[in-house]
Amino acid sequence: MWQCRYSKMEGKTLPRYEFSPLGDSGVMVKLGEVIDQQTHEKVILFSEYLQEHPFPGMIESVPGFTTVTVYYDPITLFDPLDDILPYDRTVAILEQMSQQISSTHSKEYRLVEIPVCYGGSFGPDLEVVAKQNGLSIEEVISIHSTTEYLVYMIGFAPGFPYLGGMDERLATPRRSSPRLSIPMGSVGIGGLQTGIYSIESPGGWQIIGRTPLRLFQAGESSPSLLCAGDKVRFRPISEREYDNGEKV
Amino acid sequence: MSIEVITPGLCTTVQDTGRFGFQQVGVSVSGGMDRQAVQIANMLVGNQQTDAVLELTMRGPSLLFHKDMLIAICGGDFKVTINDRSVLPNRAVWIRSGSILKFGLAKEGCRAYLAVAGGWDVPLVMGSRSTNLRGGFGGFAGRMLAAGDKLVQSPPGSFSQFLANQLEKKAGAAPFYQANWFIPSSTSVKNGEVVVRVIQGEQFADFSEKSRQSFFEQTYQVSPQSDRMGYRLTGPALELTQSMELISAAVTIGTIQVPPNGQPIILMADRQTIGGYPKIGYVPTIDLPIVAQLRPGEKIHFQEISLRDAQKELIERDSWMKAIKLGIEVTVGWR
Repeated sequence: MWQCRYSKMEGKTLPRYEFSPLGDSGVMVKLGEVIDQQTHEKVILFSEYLQEHPFPGMIESVPGFTTVTVYYDPITLFDPLDDILPYDRTVAILEQMSQQISSTHSKEYRLVEIPVCYGGSFGPDLEVVAKQNGLSIEEVISIHSTTEYLVYMIGFAPGFPYLGGMDERLATPRRSSPRLSIPMGSVGIGGLQTGIYSIESPGGWQIIGRTPLRLFQAGESSPSLLCAGDKVRFRPISEREYDNGEKV
Repeated sequence: MSIEVITPGLCTTVQDTGRFGFQQVGVSVSGGMDRQAVQIANMLVGNQQTDAVLELTMRGPSLLFHKDMLIAICGGDFKVTINDRSVLPNRAVWIRSGSILKFGLAKEGCRAYLAVAGGWDVPLVMGSRSTNLRGGFGGFAGRMLAAGDKLVQSPPGSFSQFLANQLEKKAGAAPFYQANWFIPSSTSVKNGEVVVRVIQGEQFADFSEKSRQSFFEQTYQVSPQSDRMGYRLTGPALELTQSMELISAAVTIGTIQVPPNGQPIILMADRQTIGGYPKIGYVPTIDLPIVAQLRPGEKIHFQEISLRDAQKELIERDSWMKAIKLGIEVTVGWR
């Protein structure tokens, strides 16, 4: 299994987890009720532990905003000598694991800088975002690129990051009619969220710029540029730098 | 080169049993929709269950063979011919170089699988040979097959060769020979109405009593907007007792999610990794092949199953599959 590189966290004890079945081959582990930094840290800590200690029959795990979902193979986790349900056995394993995680979160994380060429043909909606919020274009770029964002999870599309922490001054409603095709690398704002289209896809976000970086490369040993738990900062670049394929 | 695509069919892709380990970076599992048919087709030609097969949808392709090969066809019942003579599914077939294998329209079911001894030789991308259509990677160049494409077979194992030699001898001068033994199709692919079992989902209790009743008492119809990503159903609208904003989290194959319009969607092989709609239930793994074979217009009647029974049946099916594998080996005199 391919593994994300998580920052090291030590010395923190997790409270009891809440388990529920996700179909007949998954367990959803709930670690909090709301999307916040504290719950996120628990999610990353538990994901990291699972990656380092996969148990026989575990297929993979998927971190979410407040959950970690563990997929398992009921056949492998079935023992004909007892009548324990594979789901119950998996929960028991995960419960035991939860007691072994005790460490303090050191404030280490990976900061990934993402160069963005704002406006022009790469960011056709930059002006909309500025007007909507009573800001100048320069102010939008400055606010957007001085914030440090948190990658809560990756999903929706290969390599697509769910980023937290956008400044409310940039909040802009989604377009009333979504575009049929948004180029890969487009940086957009939708409501209170900002994000990057990791592959070409339809979408309704206001597009303010584009990065020359590839967020997802199929077949690479690490196919996704970002992982849950990373931090992201956008850096404004010129069109010429974009054409040169500005790297981190 | 092993075979050449003359006509590609409606949606013919290379699939295996799925791409695992990358859902945490948003990569769908993909893989054959009817995984049981994939596994049985592979067994019939002596492959590993995880080897790559072709998945055909509704209208199959025509394929020209440039090599003698051992093949098997499982899943939906398509009109299949070799050089215009009928071929039966669910058995090993030896086919001579120069022959044309032609799939017509599906008579029953929606998807069929073509396995070749050794499996289809396409690059392994992130641990799987499945096509990810949305991402454009895996399988054959990340896309559906097109006319003129040429596919290659991986080297067959010793059991596959043993079986192929046996059937080749029996073929004599004929262009093909099909084994006189077969695996009875496990999922009955019947057009009309099917029963699909459901494990209660996390938000089951949040739906109104009337909705919960309709869900199990009324029938739902498969909409034409159904694909490898999900089956959209139409029927009595399912309503929550109060609107809820759920936090997006992982979704699995078989998840029945209910968007605000109340019309359920069963998530399938190419589903997104994360979803945010309320989940009324999950189709257990054991019944997914039934859903995979449904076509637009056909009806589903949902019936409840406990998680315990769903897992028990899955374990029983695994024993049955192991018995089939052994049975094939004994029948042809390998053991």
